[in-house]
Amino acid sequence: MKIKTNLQKVLESGQFAVTAEIDPPKNADPELIKEKAKWLKGYVDAVNITDSPRATVKMSSLAGAVILQKENIEPVMHITCRDRNRIAIQSDLLGASALGVKNILCLTGDYVTFGDHPQAKPVFDLDSIQLISLVKNLSEGRYFNKKEVKGKHPYFFIGAVENPFADPLEFRPIRLAKKIKAGARFIQTQIVYNLERFEKFIKLCEDFGILEKVYILAGIAPPKSLKMLKYIKESKIPGIEVPDELIRRMESAKDEKEEGINIAVEIIERVKENPGVRGIHLMPIGWEFIVPEIVKRAKLYPRPKIC
Amino acid sequence: MIVIKRKPLEEILNYIEGHNKILVLGCQECPYGCVTGGEEAVKKLAEEIKNKMIDLGKSIEILEKTLIRLCELRYVKSINDLIKDVKAIVTLSCGVGVNLIADIYFEIEVYPGMNTLFLGAELREGIFIEKCRACGDCIVGYTAGLCPITRCPKNMLNGPCGGCKNGVCEVRKGLPCVWYQIIKRLKKRGKLEKLMEIWEAKDWRSLYGKGIRELREELGVENKN
Repeated sequence: MKIKTNLQKVLESGQFAVTAEIDPPKNADPELIKEKAKWLKGYVDAVNITDSPRATVKMSSLAGAVILQKENIEPVMHITCRDRNRIAIQSDLLGASALGVKNILCLTGDYVTFGDHPQAKPVFDLDSIQLISLVKNLSEGRYFNKKEVKGKHPYFFIGAVENPFADPLEFRPIRLAKKIKAGARFIQTQIVYNLERFEKFIKLCEDFGILEKVYILAGIAPPKSLKMLKYIKESKIPGIEVPDELIRRMESAKDEKEEGINIAVEIIERVKENPGVRGIHLMPIGWEFIVPEIVKRAKLYPRPKIC
Repeated sequence: MIVIKRKPLEEILNYIEGHNKILVLGCQECPYGCVTGGEEAVKKLAEEIKNKMIDLGKSIEILEKTLIRLCELRYVKSINDLIKDVKAIVTLSCGVGVNLIADIYFEIEVYPGMNTLFLGAELREGIFIEKCRACGDCIVGYTAGLCPITRCPKNMLNGPCGGCKNGVCEVRKGLPCVWYQIIKRLKKRGKLEKLMEIWEAKDWRSLYGKGIRELREELGVENKN
């Protein structure tokens, strides 16, 4: 049945959305998810749960999503193409729907050699765009092979990701358009530190006429410390750009954490000014408890109550 | 060419342990370009094994033979007389050769002396690079001659992913992002609009078939459905 998700309702009603992401634990303890989630509850419209990010074994995103639901938090379940073929993905999607999960985020996934089992066979039966088509098909009652799903079929609110900092820049909006065409309704971007480049990307999307076709959520990672920013800068995490200016600012900060919050709030305020940016996606990376503070300071609290 | 590399001596010695008469079988002048499995390689391996055996105070008889090709039945059968008392054969060929020899002489222990690495090109002497995964359904006609199945670690057909920076893939330093190159080439040719369409998921049966792939020329490729 086509019941809209909370995230979808917030976005469709034109309100600025806030989501946040948590990584499931590297063990079987549900309490660790609940612990992180309690900081986010009430301060975000939905909580993303990742699918073994950096190709490192973690509790499945489906299990994580169900744990969040039990805490009355709406999940956004991540699915990557790295570990599952089209059969397994559809099977998981049917299961996710049966368990009430409705927001799905489609990613290609980090390559296996980044992770803790670099010997694993990479699957990549599909890429992210084909995965979006698959989820859309299933959502409309068709398997990926175009055959009809007999009986109850899932309904999903489909999201995807885009990296405004990847190359070639002029092709990023074209690829984003393909994701929209495949069925993506909302897009989370890679972490924004380089605002200049982000705004260039948004402008290109505007010129390409796709901004009104999709809800863009800007990726925000509050920098917890100088060490963290340097770690990202030294390209340990590819795809994110950290301007030197930001490093210098953090270096001269008296209180790194306080400055990190300031930086996050300033970035939120800046991205908000861009047309087409319809929300933010927080990636607190082990700093979940700071989310309420940031959301409040960015004047995004209270969150809309939508029935 | 099929790029192959000699296995470590230790592994080969393990295989032949307990045998006192073996055949080292090479594959020469391969039209597919294996360059390291010929007569010289056979001689070298035989010598290495002998020296090691002398060190260990053991004796072994090693026959040496190099055939034109180990992947064609008509050449392979010429070793029939040679292998009478031979209990083990070490092949210095690609995986095709070792498998075919093992199929035909299934009562003899047949061991690979080589690892088959990939289908690649030799850029300079000793520098080989993979160019093809033999996926059975060549798409480089649509990708400006650049194969994303081979060159994109994620086999993306709607690339590039978010891991492309300055034209380089995030997976390995110095690995060019093939989708970056495809876009560059197609743009130059004024054919970038080709990439606006969503590329449908690949039918992997052309690579995996049903079990192994076969080609019977009169019937076409017999590996699907």
